[in-house]
Amino acid sequence: MAVRRPYVRPFEPGWWRRNPYFVRYMARELTAPFVGLYALILLSGLVCLALGRAPYEAWVAILRTPASLVLHGVLVAIFAYHSFSWFAIMPKTMPPVSIGGHRIGAAAITLAGLVAAAFCMLAAWFVVQAVA
Amino acid sequence: MSKRSNQPVYWALFGAGGMMSALFGAGLAFMTGIAIPEGIGPGAALSDYDRALAVVHSLPGRLFLFAVVTLFLWHAAHRVHHTLPDFGLRQGTLAWLGCYGVALAGTLVAVLALFVAGF
Repeated sequence: MAVRRPYVRPFEPGWWRRNPYFVRYMARELTAPFVGLYALILLSGLVCLALGRAPYEAWVAILRTPASLVLHGVLVAIFAYHSFSWFAIMPKTMPPVSIGGHRIGAAAITLAGLVAAAFCMLAAWFVVQAVA
Repeated sequence: MSKRSNQPVYWALFGAGGMMSALFGAGLAFMTGIAIPEGIGPGAALSDYDRALAVVHSLPGRLFLFAVVTLFLWHAAHRVHHTLPDFGLRQGTLAWLGCYGVALAGTLVAVLALFVAGF
């Protein structure tokens, strides 16, 4: 009698370390916990703001500590890497777009994304400066 | 009829959060984490309680902050959850709570905080 031997796909943790292409994939993926961390920091500020003047001033005092400044410097760098990697893979993650019968190239899509990001960040900076 | 997958919802939130953080993330982290404590540009205004509260009281400020906090959380939750097996971690209940549970709780806290902050 034949013994059933189903194929089990080999899978081991850390499979991505063997190939630089997949190491870059993992570098992209690992920006995510930092995006989440920043969201929680911002949320804590929002909660402090809702609770009143003293809690909000305590939150700002924590932001002034050297540890927080270093952490946010790291976060800025990781967010910048996220922007670059997000728009670098966007030609593959978005549906093809054609203008006048010509398909828009990968480099143009990436460049458009980065220009949009630069515009959004500068706009946010100057809008908040103007209204706050 | 088979049960419909809820994956498209998670994926849409992941995509929206990824785009939002790619467009604004570095600038926002600089604004709140470096410009506020150092008093640079808009950071000087945002370090003041009354002026920060005024931003949250404005409809655009309120919507933008809510979108940033919640979409960033759902983006992170989905991406971290899908990366767990690559590190040999199981996608069990605990992993679900640690990822999507945190995003859900954060969304509820954000709604509550925006109500408590007043209008």
